[in-house]
Amino acid sequence: MRQLPIEGQLPFYLSKSIGGMILLEKLNKTYPGVQPLHVLKDIDLSISQGEYVAIMGASGSGKSTLLNVLGILDDYDTGRYLLDGKLIAGLSEKKAAIYRNKMIGFVFQSFNLISFKNAMENVALPLFYKGVSRKKRNQLALEYLEKVGLRDWWHHYPNELSGGQKQRIAIARALISQPRIILADEPTGALDSRTTDEVIQLLSQVNAEGITTIVVTHERSVAEQTKRIIHLKDGYIESDNINIPSLTACSK
Amino acid sequence: MFDIDKWQEIWITIGRNKLRSLLTAFGVFWGILMLTLLLGVSNGLSNGMKSSIQGIATNSCFFFSGTTSEPYAGFKKGRRWDIRLSDIDLIRSQVEGVRDVAPVVFGGRGTDNVMYGDKLGSFNVRGNGPELVRIEEQNMLYGRYINEIDISQKRKVCVIGKNVFSAFFKEGTNPCGLLIRCNGQYYRIVGVTKGVSNNISLGGRSDDMVVLPITTMQQLYNQGDVIHFFGVRAHDHYDIAKLEENIKDILKSRHQISPTDPQAVVSINIGEMFKTFMYLFLGISILTWIVGVGTLLAGAIGVSNIMLVSVRERTKEIGIRRALGAKPSNIISQIMTESLVLTALAGFVGFTLGVGILALIDQIIANAPADSDIFLQQLMIDFKVGISAAAILLFFGLLAGLLPAMRAMQIKPIEALSEE
Ligand SMILES: Nc1ncnc2c1ncn2[C@@H]1O[C@H](COP(=O)(O)OP(=O)(O)OP(=O)(O)O)[C@@H](O)[C@H]1O
Ligand SMILES: [Mg+2]
Repeated sequence: MRQLPIEGQLPFYLSKSIGGMILLEKLNKTYPGVQPLHVLKDIDLSISQGEYVAIMGASGSGKSTLLNVLGILDDYDTGRYLLDGKLIAGLSEKKAAIYRNKMIGFVFQSFNLISFKNAMENVALPLFYKGVSRKKRNQLALEYLEKVGLRDWWHHYPNELSGGQKQRIAIARALISQPRIILADEPTGALDSRTTDEVIQLLSQVNAEGITTIVVTHERSVAEQTKRIIHLKDGYIESDNINIPSLTACSK
Repeated sequence: MFDIDKWQEIWITIGRNKLRSLLTAFGVFWGILMLTLLLGVSNGLSNGMKSSIQGIATNSCFFFSGTTSEPYAGFKKGRRWDIRLSDIDLIRSQVEGVRDVAPVVFGGRGTDNVMYGDKLGSFNVRGNGPELVRIEEQNMLYGRYINEIDISQKRKVCVIGKNVFSAFFKEGTNPCGLLIRCNGQYYRIVGVTKGVSNNISLGGRSDDMVVLPITTMQQLYNQGDVIHFFGVRAHDHYDIAKLEENIKDILKSRHQISPTDPQAVVSINIGEMFKTFMYLFLGISILTWIVGVGTLLAGAIGVSNIMLVSVRERTKEIGIRRALGAKPSNIISQIMTESLVLTALAGFVGFTLGVGILALIDQIIANAPADSDIFLQQLMIDFKVGISAAAILLFFGLLAGLLPAMRAMQIKPIEALSEE
């Protein structure tokens, strides 16, 4: 396990000053409704290229909301969000789709594979929207399946696969468009401990290749594998710490 | 974007719920089938009508003498009067717009009034001039029609209709020059006719008739120059209704009939009748389109409805696609194409089946005996109509996809993904 600081990868307190991959400034989000719910409160956050971050917090603290804002799946009310230096605000659906396709890979708790497509077709789907030819797509999909150790399973449909396998396929799908960021919302929430290890190992490997990786999780053991742990509480950032495995190991 | 994957996707989604797709497609299939059949039948009706008036000059009018219904110039009402040959001559030479005038004199029809050798038959006998064929066209099976010389020399010749011919002669024999006995007199046959129109005729079917020169007929019946009826054909583009009025006025003034008498001169205006029929067919055709397109619209609404359901069911899938980078336009085009493919496919099947059924009916009609009174003919959809039906179909397909596509576009990925 590498330890910080890693070359070319600044710790969070430095990265903010020079502008990171992700930069949030006084970001607020309220869900409107009969009783408007202020979910994200004055969030200041900077994440550099290649960081490996865990977001933790109690249920309802706003983790998923934050992740959705980061993934341009949802918008925010006030403040600023810069993604790779570009201001993300008031984007058209089309622009948002292009950014998502180019920059971001999603991994969901419930896998969200398309049931009537086999593993290869599922993995290839983001490239379809990139306009990559069918042959090339499928070939690349097989390569990424290989990467997650499921090449032999390419013709299987989601209902013929285990949870861990499905999540690995989802990761392959998230990776195939070579995004700059992987956003994973409780990727191991539906998995047992053994498959959780598999999936987390895979995510660590992804991060090791330089892709910024942000994982929302409830599980301490999952967060331990990352290099920075952010705690949310009622929409605030409660704490934001570098995770030094040796230290946490000692403190146990 | 003609990516094979897009088509594959569409096939998969259509195939995923086969029964539903089938039921959806059935509405459109039924609509286009009905439209095709209705159009074909209305076409067939109009073709049948056209063929039955074929050979009859449409801008023509026929006149009879009736009884007066108003007293005038010292005459009481209820008087009978006769059309005279001199009226014909005057109309022929003096009235504007007249192309042909054809006077006709009826002869009698008695039991076994016609005889050849030892064969007997009952047929109408009529005196015509040579002009009649220019109003009621005849095909000559043998020989010639009555000519001017027959008229001026009051020759004892005749032209027989094809049914008269087949009553007395074997098929293939040329009867010209042979003598036939008709109402006690012998006439030399100079021709055999077959009416071009087989449904409409004036004063009896020419096929069942022995036609004498009109002058011969008048002499024989000792009727002086009385004419029983006459036909007038107007020059092309001349208003036949106006001509009809002019001729009526002339006849009235020449025969001391009140100018306002509505009954004394009887006329049948083929042009007006023809127009009425044309309007009728126009009406049928418009109705057909309304009913057909209405049915089709109902089918398209069905497609739209089902697509809406399908979009709702696929909310999550659409959300996933959006998260993976599908633009709204990708989603719209997917839904639209799906609806279009479904509609076009169903429409194509319906159209093909419709044309097939029409062809079958046509075949049956064509195999029926030629003389049977079938009013339907050539139940075909012409190419232009087919193209417009296809255009309407595609338009409806797009229309049907529009609402579901809009709905799909409005799906927010975030909401779709959080859906259970
Ligand atoms: N679309 C929405 N409309 C209104 N309120 C919402 C919506 N989505 C989430 N919320 C509310 O916002 C708060 C934060 O939700 P969020 O999903 O971000 O929590 P979370 O930290 O991910 O929780 P969990 O650990 O249970 O997934 C919750 O109280 C939730 O009820
Ligand atoms: Mg959550």
